Amino acid sequence: MPMTNMTLDPANAALVELEEISFVRAGNAYLDRASLSLHPDGRTIIIGPNGSGKSLLMRIAHGLLEPTQGRVTTGRRNGCPLRQAMVFQRPVLLRRSAQANVIHALTMAGTPRHQRRKHAEQALASFGLSQVADRPARILSGGEQQRLALARAWALRPEILFLDEPSSALDPTATKAVEEGINTFHAEGTKIVLITHDLGQARRLADDVVFMYCGRILERTPASRFFSSPVTAAAAGFLRGELILDTDPPVTRPDRGGPSF
Amino acid sequence: MSLTRLLTGALPLLFAAAMVPTAQVAADAPFITLASTTSTEQSGLFRHLIPHFTERTGIEVRVVAVGTGQAFTIGRRGDADVLLVHHREGEEALVANGFGTERRDVMHNDFILIGPRSDPADVSTAATIAEALTRIFEAQAPFASRGDDSGTHRKELELWKETGLSPGGRWYRELGSGMGSTLNTAAAMGAYVLADRGTWLSFRNRQDLEALFEGDPLLFNPYGSIPLNPDRFPWVKADLAWQWHEWITSTEGQELIGNHAIEGSTLFFPSMEW
Amino acid sequence: MSLIATGDPTLFSIVQLSLQVSLTAVLLASLFALPLGALIALFRFPGRGVVITLLNALMGLPPVVAGLIVYLSLSRAGPLGQFGLLFTPTAMVIAQTLLVLPIVAALTRQAIENLWEEYQEQLRSLGSGRIRAIPTLLWDARITLTTVVLAGFGRASAEVGAVLIVGGNIEGVTRVMTTAIALETSKGDLPLALALGLILLALVAVINGTAYLLGEITSRNMQ
Repeated sequence: MPMTNMTLDPANAALVELEEISFVRAGNAYLDRASLSLHPDGRTIIIGPNGSGKSLLMRIAHGLLEPTQGRVTTGRRNGCPLRQAMVFQRPVLLRRSAQANVIHALTMAGTPRHQRRKHAEQALASFGLSQVADRPARILSGGEQQRLALARAWALRPEILFLDEPSSALDPTATKAVEEGINTFHAEGTKIVLITHDLGQARRLADDVVFMYCGRILERTPASRFFSSPVTAAAAGFLRGELILDTDPPVTRPDRGGPSF
Repeated sequence: MSLTRLLTGALPLLFAAAMVPTAQVAADAPFITLASTTSTEQSGLFRHLIPHFTERTGIEVRVVAVGTGQAFTIGRRGDADVLLVHHREGEEALVANGFGTERRDVMHNDFILIGPRSDPADVSTAATIAEALTRIFEAQAPFASRGDDSGTHRKELELWKETGLSPGGRWYRELGSGMGSTLNTAAAMGAYVLADRGTWLSFRNRQDLEALFEGDPLLFNPYGSIPLNPDRFPWVKADLAWQWHEWITSTEGQELIGNHAIEGSTLFFPSMEW
Repeated sequence: MSLIATGDPTLFSIVQLSLQVSLTAVLLASLFALPLGALIALFRFPGRGVVITLLNALMGLPPVVAGLIVYLSLSRAGPLGQFGLLFTPTAMVIAQTLLVLPIVAALTRQAIENLWEEYQEQLRSLGSGRIRAIPTLLWDARITLTTVVLAGFGRASAEVGAVLIVGGNIEGVTRVMTTAIALETSKGDLPLALALGLILLALVAVINGTAYLLGEITSRNMQ
């Protein structure tokens, strides 16, 4: 994995730095020279139409995929590897109890055996799951399952949490619970990176917004400004609910690479 | 959930129960491996003989019952200690080639021609076995052949050679099975079949079959004992095997062979006078 | 028939040996085949397709052929002859292990590959490498794998060709249910053969039933 560690360690150094990331399969460029710095604190919301490369970008940032070109740099703190976690659109839960799911994650993270149970109980309690701790994870409701995925991530004490449309399959009540969960992480100082198609959710949670289109990052704008006056016409159109067509390239492509955000 | 626990416990328990060593197999008891024919095993002869031998010598005898052809293969590979088979030519070759130390006559019975009660080829009135087989050939009556290179199969082929005919065609069915299976099949299709008297007498599924022709000297069926040669196969338990070889040809062994009977019929006749 | 009616100790020891041989074979085969199947499922290597095809083909290995291979290996004149294992229960276990191993490995490979498809991103996100994922996947596929192991047990307990050749059907030593059935059939005692067959069927049914119930309860809870 082409990851180098930044030796520089000021408090605000980037947790994850993507430089000129491209992802090409069978001649199709799914990501085209995208650059993005993810710094501690704050909730970065990634939006854009389907197929714009949001999920791909997140998986590369999280280390699940390797870019075909470009560089991913993951920061270290105090010499320890960056603690990160990801919550998927459909939670993948193991066929065992809710608590065992959290314990499994702690085991993978190298938590000492005698601490796992205590940490798991705390994580489940934080997300209101103590009552169902011994229940098989797979028979929990959709909302409970996603909260369990959050609790599992919580137990790992991540410095950065990636979420790929975590509430797109949930009803409003469960969505609210997930958003509260995200804010619990935020309150603890965890960096949040969230992909969503729900503009209401983006408004409720965003500190800054990354707008992607056709495999490129078109803009990164503070939330307060993005929703009132986005920089690019494409983003403005997207916010108005317009269909954006491929025949109308939104920005000219600089020869020396994509813009950095 | 307690049911789950009960069931989770049940499988290993069953497994553990199965693992308890079988009581009757005493691990350290001396034993020899005897390769013999299905006909002798199925006649119940060994169950009659072996307890007496074991009581006298303390030696257990493990019988591997196969066709005579396969018994010869076991002998040539040294996978048993002693053989008891019925094909004199093959037995003599085994000794001549150094696989066995010597051959002794143990007992004999005879082959009989079995067929459906209606006897469509009229073999029961034939004067010789060659004539009987010739009548089957001419009538094209179904005939079930072992076809498995066993002692009985070899005998059958020798008898056909006597007739000067070479059997073949839809009526001549090579089954490639043991004596019992061949009898089962013959019973089902109403075929003639050559069998040794021992297997026939102990065979239970006769249906419409009957013994139709017997008594020709050519149908003589001698059994020989051959200990395998320890010079050739150093792992062979030559000493124990020799005790068996001696015992089965001794007065005690021979008497026991002579008085083994099923429903009043003697199955094997000991080779030695006593 | 009195053999059955009186609960004859001979019958009991034959039943016991059958279970002993087949269960040991299944246990041994599973010990190797479960991780092996998982390894093949998770890793890409040259010749993988050939290995998978071969395993699938070996599921249909005729017992007699397996028996013959083991016979030739264990025969005094064969490569493993010095151990003197021919015509012992150990030889029967080896032959049945050879029969069961491809079934368990091939079906495990399929089950784990499907599960890995589903779990891959999550497990890698949690920092689990492929090797570390194997125990997780094997445990999570336990319901399917129970069926897989039972299929292996079915093959082992039902076959006669292999144990007959390498065991020799020695009374009191290597005679098991299937070889006893074959023997009674060849003696023409069809009712006894059939009765023994029914006992074998009942035994296999009890073991399968237990495992099925177990799987039902678990899967109701852990789908």
